[in-house]
Amino acid sequence: MTPTVAPVRRTRPFARPLQYLALAAYMVFLGFPLVFLLSTSMKTAQELRSPDNSFLPDRLSWDNFGDAIEKANLVQAAGNSLYVATLTTVIVTLVSLPAAYAMARFRTRLRGAATIWILLSQVFPFILIIVPLFLVLKQIGLVDDPHGLVIAYTVWSLPFALWMLRGYVAAVPVDLEEAGAIDGASRLRVLRSIVLPLLAPGLVATSLFTFISSWNEFFFALVLIQDPDLQTLPLTLARFVGAEGQVQMGQLAAASLLATIPSLAFFLLIQRRLTSGLMSGAVKG
Amino acid sequence: MTTATSRPVRPRRPPRGVGGFGGNGGRDAWLLVLPALIPVVLFSVYPLVQGILLGFTDAQAGLNQPVDFNGVDNYTRLLDHDLFWKSFRIGLIWAFSVTILQFLASLGLALLLNLNLRLRWLARTLALVPWAMPPVIIAIMWKLMLNPSYGPINELMRTLGLPGDINWLGDFSTALPAVIVVGIWAGMPQTTITLLAGLQNVRGELHEAAAIDGAGTWQRFWHVTLPALRPVIVAITSLDLIWNFNSFALVYVLTAGGPGGQTMLPMLFAYNEAFRYGNFGYAAALGNVMVVVIAAFLVLYLRGQARSRDS
Repeated sequence: MTPTVAPVRRTRPFARPLQYLALAAYMVFLGFPLVFLLSTSMKTAQELRSPDNSFLPDRLSWDNFGDAIEKANLVQAAGNSLYVATLTTVIVTLVSLPAAYAMARFRTRLRGAATIWILLSQVFPFILIIVPLFLVLKQIGLVDDPHGLVIAYTVWSLPFALWMLRGYVAAVPVDLEEAGAIDGASRLRVLRSIVLPLLAPGLVATSLFTFISSWNEFFFALVLIQDPDLQTLPLTLARFVGAEGQVQMGQLAAASLLATIPSLAFFLLIQRRLTSGLMSGAVKG
Repeated sequence: MTTATSRPVRPRRPPRGVGGFGGNGGRDAWLLVLPALIPVVLFSVYPLVQGILLGFTDAQAGLNQPVDFNGVDNYTRLLDHDLFWKSFRIGLIWAFSVTILQFLASLGLALLLNLNLRLRWLARTLALVPWAMPPVIIAIMWKLMLNPSYGPINELMRTLGLPGDINWLGDFSTALPAVIVVGIWAGMPQTTITLLAGLQNVRGELHEAAAIDGAGTWQRFWHVTLPALRPVIVAITSLDLIWNFNSFALVYVLTAGGPGGQTMLPMLFAYNEAFRYGNFGYAAALGNVMVVVIAAFLVLYLRGQARSRDS
């Protein structure tokens, strides 16, 4: 997609430099905190405390990363996060795929109801859900249990996953399915060998999105998980801020960087799609 | 692919008898939707309805406590509660400042990214990064940035000869502005990318026609770009307003509502009521008020937009 704004022909002599200046200002605002976090993660405690603390670390040292992994129980927390996010993603994908297909292909009252629900789920503050959900999960013994968290994440990722997937299904031409059916393929076969392969990229994007939002989530985890051994990564990091973070800033920065890697990798992977197709379709839809 | 997704696709029912689609689409649809429907009804529709009702009861934490409906008692108590008014005032200041400033900043960035500038790829990537970061980590990062003795912000202030010992997050007057800046930083990517996608759909011919008619850069922006971008602007600012009003994790980690409740957003206030003091009914009532407040602002905003579009 080429930029569609016509090249400005009668550019004033100062316009370009000013534009670059503005762009540089934005880049500093957006990028400086990240560079700072990276530089902090490599500094020793003494270096951070010294009065003539320079911006760049004296030498590249990865000690903070090792210490943070040990001290903050990062491995266990990452394992918990990975378990919850993976299970959520698998369930959401399995459950939303048929539903998205039905929403895209059949005209029923369900579709209107689902759309309203998806919109409502954006407006309601989580506090309204969390109290009764907490009570329900407590009754069935799933508070302080990763599976309770999986339930919470599943139902609150479902609306968005459905919405995304429905768009991808709608983009698969019905004609292809009809052609398959006329050629004598069974319904299941049509879905498996025609629809599913075409849906694959959309399915991957949707499941990654679900994974990342569960990986990053904080509020539900804060309420539903008390046991330190079951804490997810954001919880562990938030506790680390209070307890040791003020003393061990380098380790805190290192732990934060490590916890960001999965979602960062995902966003860099899909950034082309984000800037072009996905969002324009989503916003207009 | 882009054209296919952006065009509303009219689902056509395949001809009767082909591949077993038949006339019982309704039943098939139900069967396909059922696996998604059951968990949603059990764990989100039911709790939501329950939550709304809970706002009219005196429910407390702890199982087996008798729960009675107490009508509008919670709401009359809320009206007498100073902290409630304070918290909602802070919540509205926070939500509106972040939404408006974030929109202006993102519009500027999106316009720049839409130009053919060098290093655009780097700016685009940087603009996405905050989106990828969990709110908890954004909060940790800015906490380090704003650290009164070791943070680079104060260091910069000192270098410039300004007072360099400001306790940004701990001082009554600077805490709310400081968290608003962090809120803007955290929310810019979504707004920027959405606006950029909208800008790329503005047709080039319109700009050329306006340029031929002698319109300057500013006039073209005001009369061509902005009207074309309007639906996207309305959609993203409405969503931002909702998200910001309901946000929790960022400020919880940054200040936990302090100092002295200066950054006690409604969600933090409600969380404390529910899970610190165990006032479940009261917290749910707060949630209900939040829904009403945000819905009222949205209706006003969307109505105003629709009216000015018609005229």
